[in-house]
Amino acid sequence: MTDVGRHPNIEMITLSEIKDIKGYVGNFDVTVTKKARYVNEKECTACGDCATVCPVLVPDEFEMGLASRRAIFIPFPQAVPSAYVLNPHDCLGQDPLICGKCKEACEKGCIDYDAQDEELSFKVGTIIVATGMEPYDPTPLDEYGYTRFPNMLTTMEFERLINAGGPTKGEVVRLSDLKVPKSVAFIQCVGSRSPGNKDANPYCSNICCMNTIKDTLMLKEHYPDMEVKVFYIDIRAFGKGFEDLFQRSKGKGVKYIRGLPGDVQEDPKSQDLILFTENTSTDLLEKHRTEMVVLSQGLVPSKDMNKIQEMLALQKTSDGFYLEAHPKLQPVDSASAGIFFAGTAESPKDIKDAVTQASAAAARAARIMSPGKITVEAITSRVDEDKCTSCGICAKVCPYNAITVDKKNKRPAVVIEAACAGCGTCAAECSFDAIEMNHFTDTQILSQVDAILDKEPLEKVVCFACNWCSYAGADSAGIARLSYPPNIRLIRTMCSGRVDEKFIWRAFESGAPVVLLSGCHFGDCHYIDANHWTKKRVEKIWKKMEKWGLRKERLQLEWISAAEGVRFSQVMTKMDELRQTVTKKEVTETKRIIADNLKKKKKKKISQ
Amino acid sequence: MTVAQAALSIPEEEIRTGVYICQCGLNIAGAVDCAAVAEWAKGLEGVTISRDYSYMCSDPGQQLVKQDIREYGLNRIVVASCSPRLHEPTFRQMCAEAGLNPYLFEMANIREQCSWVHPHQIEDATEKAKDLVKMAVSRARLLKPLEEQEVPVTQKSLVIGGGVAGIQAALDLADNGFKVYMVEKKPSVGGVMAQIDKTYPTMDCSI
Repeated sequence: MTDVGRHPNIEMITLSEIKDIKGYVGNFDVTVTKKARYVNEKECTACGDCATVCPVLVPDEFEMGLASRRAIFIPFPQAVPSAYVLNPHDCLGQDPLICGKCKEACEKGCIDYDAQDEELSFKVGTIIVATGMEPYDPTPLDEYGYTRFPNMLTTMEFERLINAGGPTKGEVVRLSDLKVPKSVAFIQCVGSRSPGNKDANPYCSNICCMNTIKDTLMLKEHYPDMEVKVFYIDIRAFGKGFEDLFQRSKGKGVKYIRGLPGDVQEDPKSQDLILFTENTSTDLLEKHRTEMVVLSQGLVPSKDMNKIQEMLALQKTSDGFYLEAHPKLQPVDSASAGIFFAGTAESPKDIKDAVTQASAAAARAARIMSPGKITVEAITSRVDEDKCTSCGICAKVCPYNAITVDKKNKRPAVVIEAACAGCGTCAAECSFDAIEMNHFTDTQILSQVDAILDKEPLEKVVCFACNWCSYAGADSAGIARLSYPPNIRLIRTMCSGRVDEKFIWRAFESGAPVVLLSGCHFGDCHYIDANHWTKKRVEKIWKKMEKWGLRKERLQLEWISAAEGVRFSQVMTKMDELRQTVTKKEVTETKRIIADNLKKKKKKKISQ
Repeated sequence: MTVAQAALSIPEEEIRTGVYICQCGLNIAGAVDCAAVAEWAKGLEGVTISRDYSYMCSDPGQQLVKQDIREYGLNRIVVASCSPRLHEPTFRQMCAEAGLNPYLFEMANIREQCSWVHPHQIEDATEKAKDLVKMAVSRARLLKPLEEQEVPVTQKSLVIGGGVAGIQAALDLADNGFKVYMVEKKPSVGGVMAQIDKTYPTMDCSI
């Protein structure tokens, strides 16, 4: 920790949040809001004179509320930066008439009640997302009575109690009578491995078994005669040296009972806890009395993830942690070039794995930065100046402001290639075919539509899928071996925004019974918000279909994320069911209606 | 250059496509009759040569394509194998090494989106694989060579979060000589780790 503070290449920006990130690999523009600390972080010597005079007492978050702190405080003695901080919500008022004691006490004059939040801007080439996790809050699990029984603690509370630097200087005591308990029980998988429970999570939190084993060893070291029991489903001690610790714990007399308590009651007199459990090793119902219980809480994704996810168009798995580019071969890469994951933001993991992943992420980032330049895919848009009417729609829909049009002087649109990310929304929206999307041109995509419907069109579902979410969702379905009907044909575009109205008409004209457009969920779009244009376009086409007397449900729009393999497979099954409702007669009729209407439209255009 | 000009500057060339059906061991060959697909693909427009092979991404697999490019003067390559999200860069590189513009390469996904999801329907899966290859071949015919653009990279990094992972990543990058901005929400770095006394498996202090 201290190394970070004094490294000449690291600028530590604490008490800060990311406000905005724009740009692309190699060239991200970052804006950070640095909140007012009210204490000059460079001048503060952490003498503590300010806190001594502060009259406010509030629960200390670092101590899990087991101790109190002042309104001006240092989070913990080894904090980096080693400086006090004033919490403006706790402070009596930064008006010297009301209090102002800390300012008077600070000899160095570090305290400034008028400090303001600052905004910092800088440019970076790569980003490492290490937003971490939060311990699971067991309050909703009523059977354990976490908030009802004072001697029922969470792992984090226990960690503070047994910590030599904690509120009891390392003495483990019951909260009801402040006495050292003669017996302690740990309950595992609290909030983890609970499929079907809406208040908990289906996944294994990875670290809790080993953390409990460590805690039992610490208890046995401090209090050799204490009776320690662990209630578990499975003990997952699979890492290097882990089995050894598990055996050591058993060797010290810790009892491991296979079965989680279904009910906990409190003896009102002694405030001991009575655990009722089915021991699945013996198939017997057992009753265990213990003086203290520790709930081995799992890990949940950090709440801060959502903001970062939206800003960087990252994806999450169904359990809420970030989705990596590939589970085996790119475990620290995000799907966006130049952005990497480290630590529990990606999945629950212990310190060793977090450190390993962080080093891997650093190496992956260095690999991009070292050469000083990077080649970007040549998938950008191109304007046909002869066809362009300078209408400006392309510039309007571009999520990156990469197109400029001089409407006043009727100059054709200009694409700034370095800024173009290649979604293709401009090409889809242009009514004059004046913009080509390199590598995803109209003719290239239409050739795929034709190839699908060349033979037995009635048997097939034409599906457009965006590269980042829906196509990746199809890959996820494949990786998980989730079957769906074999007559789905996917056409990959970079973004669903690329899917031109004429692709849809061509498909229906060529006899497609059902056409599906699929893209990222709103907020997940890889091209900021290009999929909003997809939705608008589809709604427009639906209106036309209704007007022309076509069943509009034959054009479907679905948002499927990269992690939603199950959903992909379900949607495809649904598509095939829909396909079966379309008759040959309906398709023939559709062909005629579309041909007529498109002819009319063409005539109208020529006469204009 | 406008589209019309671009079209003019490319002389009408004879399309010579090489089609390669990957068996991926039994990953694909277990559900798709790869030899039949390869044989059938010979009849598609513009296809000069079509083969199936055990592992297209392997060195010998790539060598096979490179040799064919030279020997048969191939100017379009279609590989039907796994997801382009996995191996498109591999095969693009292969084309570049053989002197072919990497954007003249096209991939058909007959593993994740075919053999793996239709494992017990060999006939249907094989027909689907044929369709996917046909789509790729017809798209390949229309592909145009493209030049990639080089952009400068800012040699600085942003680390979001100052827990144990963020600290390690920042230190590694900083030690490699890169400037690092570490943004932490709380008043101190250290994250949840700092709250824990001893940590496994070493049973030592976390800070």
